[in-house]
Amino acid sequence: MNLNATLFAQLVVFLILAWFTMKFVWPPIMKALDERASKIADGLAAADKAKADLAHAEKKAGDELRKARESAAEFRSGAERQVAQLIEDARAEGARIVNAAREAAEAEAGAASQRAKEALREHVAVLAVAGAERILRKEINAQAHAELLTQLKLEL
Amino acid sequence: MAAEHAPNASEYIVHHLTHLNSLGHKQTALVDWTVFHLDSLFWSISLGLLAVLILSRAAARATSGVPGRFQAAVEILIEMVESQSKSIVHGDRSFIAPLALTVFVWIFFMNAMDLLPVDLLPNIWAWMFGVAGHDSSHAYMRVVPTADLNATLGMSLGVLLLCIYYSIKIKGLGGWIHELFTAPFGAHPILWPINFAMQMIEFVAKTVSHGMRLFGNMYAGELIFMLIALMGAAWAGTFGSGLLWLGGVFAGTIWAIFHILIITLQAFIFMMLTLVYIGQAHETH
Repeated sequence: MNLNATLFAQLVVFLILAWFTMKFVWPPIMKALDERASKIADGLAAADKAKADLAHAEKKAGDELRKARESAAEFRSGAERQVAQLIEDARAEGARIVNAAREAAEAEAGAASQRAKEALREHVAVLAVAGAERILRKEINAQAHAELLTQLKLEL
Repeated sequence: MAAEHAPNASEYIVHHLTHLNSLGHKQTALVDWTVFHLDSLFWSISLGLLAVLILSRAAARATSGVPGRFQAAVEILIEMVESQSKSIVHGDRSFIAPLALTVFVWIFFMNAMDLLPVDLLPNIWAWMFGVAGHDSSHAYMRVVPTADLNATLGMSLGVLLLCIYYSIKIKGLGGWIHELFTAPFGAHPILWPINFAMQMIEFVAKTVSHGMRLFGNMYAGELIFMLIALMGAAWAGTFGSGLLWLGGVFAGTIWAIFHILIITLQAFIFMMLTLVYIGQAHETH
């Protein structure tokens, strides 16, 4: 328990060791600690952001789904309307075609009967002349009596 | 201690409490500034180098990535020192915090020498001394540098110098001298000598108690280890000495376990007081 120069040697060693720690030990470790702290903070922020992004994406997906459903429903009702329209149109067209056909047939029939009448008229005139010829047993000048025959034709 | 006769208890203790110094025999003068304790210097410098080597290995390997166990352990220590120094010292801590770390680790290592068997290193030294052709009964070796008053007072003196340095750095030389004469009682001229005397007493008391506290704890601890070793050495084949031997084993275990707390606590206290004293140098009255 005697005092001696060990005391000053210890003092110097003490200061040198503290200086060494300050220079070579403390800064790199503190730097690593600070870097890690900021990395962790960044990681946490990124995780929060990812969570927010996910929620946003889910919301967007829900919106899209709803929109798709709505537009599908719209399409269906549009398609149904269109089909009904098409059926309606087809029905109308069918009716029109049937009517037209009937009219055409009627017209055709009218024309045919007219033609038959015409032909009949011709034949009646010829037959009448022939009959008259036979009756009169005399030749009748067809040309001289054409006017009379035509008039007769028209009277038929 | 390969002497012809086995040493008695008092010789054993005295031998263990004698430093290996530059005189070659026990220092008789209470104060002699020409003498060095070679054992204290050897162990404290070796342990100091070991401490900074371990720390600088951790520093060299430090990454901001996932730390290994060793790195995490050093980081826990550094975080502890950093938070303590931050709460105590308000100002630039770029030297003070590393200083506190050095103090803690170094003193812990020096104190931990107490946990080695009390005769292990001295006996190895005595054997080497004998092999070298000297009288091994004069082979002195104390392996706990913090049980040497010179070592602990040397460190507390270092803290005192740092306190003065930071006082002047923070307050300026004029400001510090002004404070020496006007604090703690007031600026009245009559109070100047009282203030100054108070300040001087404070500095001396701080420094001496700082060094003495660590020294006292470690010295007493070492002494108790020696007494326990004496109990163990009492074995002589009789029933009573056998009981003493068992008592030595039991007490040695208890004391060593308790000492794990002591060495850590004393290192921590020395570090905290270092921070407190330097922190006080940062505060103006």
